[in-house]
Amino acid sequence: MIRYVCADELARFPRLAATMFRDRAIQFSHRLRWEVSVDDIGAERDQYDALNPIYAIWQRPDGSHGGSMRILPTTGRTMVNEHFRHLNGGVEISTPLVWECTRFCLAPSAMRNPREAALIPAALMLAGCELGLRFGLTHAVGVFDARMIRIYRSLGWSPEILGREGTGRSAVAVGLWPVDDASRRAIAARSGLPARIAAEWFELSFPETNMAAIAAE
Amino acid sequence: MTRKLETVLETLKGTHCAESLQSLVEDLRGIYDVEHVVYHALNIAGSPYAALTYTNEWVDRYIEEDLGRIDPVIQTAMRRFHPLDWKRLDWTPPGARTMLGEAIANGLGNQGYTLPIRGPRGQFALFTVNASAADRSWDSFTAETAQDLMLISHFIHQKVLEIENVEEKAPGRELSPRERDTLHFLALGYGRAQIADRLGISEHTLRVYVDSARFKLGALNATHAVAVAVSSGIIFP
Repeated sequence: MIRYVCADELARFPRLAATMFRDRAIQFSHRLRWEVSVDDIGAERDQYDALNPIYAIWQRPDGSHGGSMRILPTTGRTMVNEHFRHLNGGVEISTPLVWECTRFCLAPSAMRNPREAALIPAALMLAGCELGLRFGLTHAVGVFDARMIRIYRSLGWSPEILGREGTGRSAVAVGLWPVDDASRRAIAARSGLPARIAAEWFELSFPETNMAAIAAE
Repeated sequence: MTRKLETVLETLKGTHCAESLQSLVEDLRGIYDVEHVVYHALNIAGSPYAALTYTNEWVDRYIEEDLGRIDPVIQTAMRRFHPLDWKRLDWTPPGARTMLGEAIANGLGNQGYTLPIRGPRGQFALFTVNASAADRSWDSFTAETAQDLMLISHFIHQKVLEIENVEEKAPGRELSPRERDTLHFLALGYGRAQIADRLGISEHTLRVYVDSARFKLGALNATHAVAVAVSSGIIFP
């Protein structure tokens, strides 16, 4: 299942957090050879993790990380504006209605498991779209391994490519996804996940209190 | 864009002082059919700023008893950037529950939606709508108005910076050539499809460029962004 976790709550999910940062190191440092910093316990974090982002994380039944992405508003500091603006015609995208998704990551063991390799990326996309719809956004912007373009397309939610650079495994792209109900339905239809499931993930991570009951106390 | 939002943006255009901003905040209650509307900046050029509809008694009480210490809305908004539906906050501490009860006794509704706003120079503000509603009808309200509220909160914040003469643009927030081109073509009266075609981008991307440009210019819509860009010499139509 997907859990939305703000960085300030990661301590409540120690196994999930530790395996996420470890899997990010494996994907971005070891496999893609991006110039990211990995600490002495093998965790990959950068300055944007310190801005209290929201993570959408696939949590396996054993509590470990299956895949994840990191979400920040473009009215604040973002990777796409600070490091990849040149891929976007120099435009600094900064509007309350567009948020940035980065560090789209899949656990190495999930990549080797056909069921997880199909399910988890679709679940992450659905979770991202759900969050955007809940918060009233129009688009998501992201920086990603350019080879993911094909995968995003197969998941039913293709980004428009604003720019790309590099070749092979160091190819990086900046893309823009529309956040709308049609996208949510397309991702659900393509993956076989019920469209309603993302709403359940949201409820689970941001549980409701009965406000009338408190008022009546 | 909803008609309600258009009404608000039209009014905001003619808002240039604290008094008219206060009356806009009061009008928002009727436009969105809510009990209260609050804009509260903790720090605008060194001092707090508020435009709100809560009663003076409640505001005085809140300040006197320093309820911000136990208010889960404030406590969560200080750390987070996403919109906060009050009923999804942590109301388990007894102090928070007591405070909510007192708030309701002072005329607040039982539901709220708060957007944290952060500016490039460490400004931090909150925009809240508060209403009495059952959980399900509140859900429909927030689903329908989330986008309006996201925009209104930021536009009011920009308006306050303008009223208080705060330089809002951080270095590097200037328009890029592509954004200037976009506004230039809009000024010349081209349609969006034509502009997208000329710039070799999709209409989705064009929309993001226009949104981004208008936000940087503190403009309320595309037409206003063009007007601001022309009057400040950014583009020459």
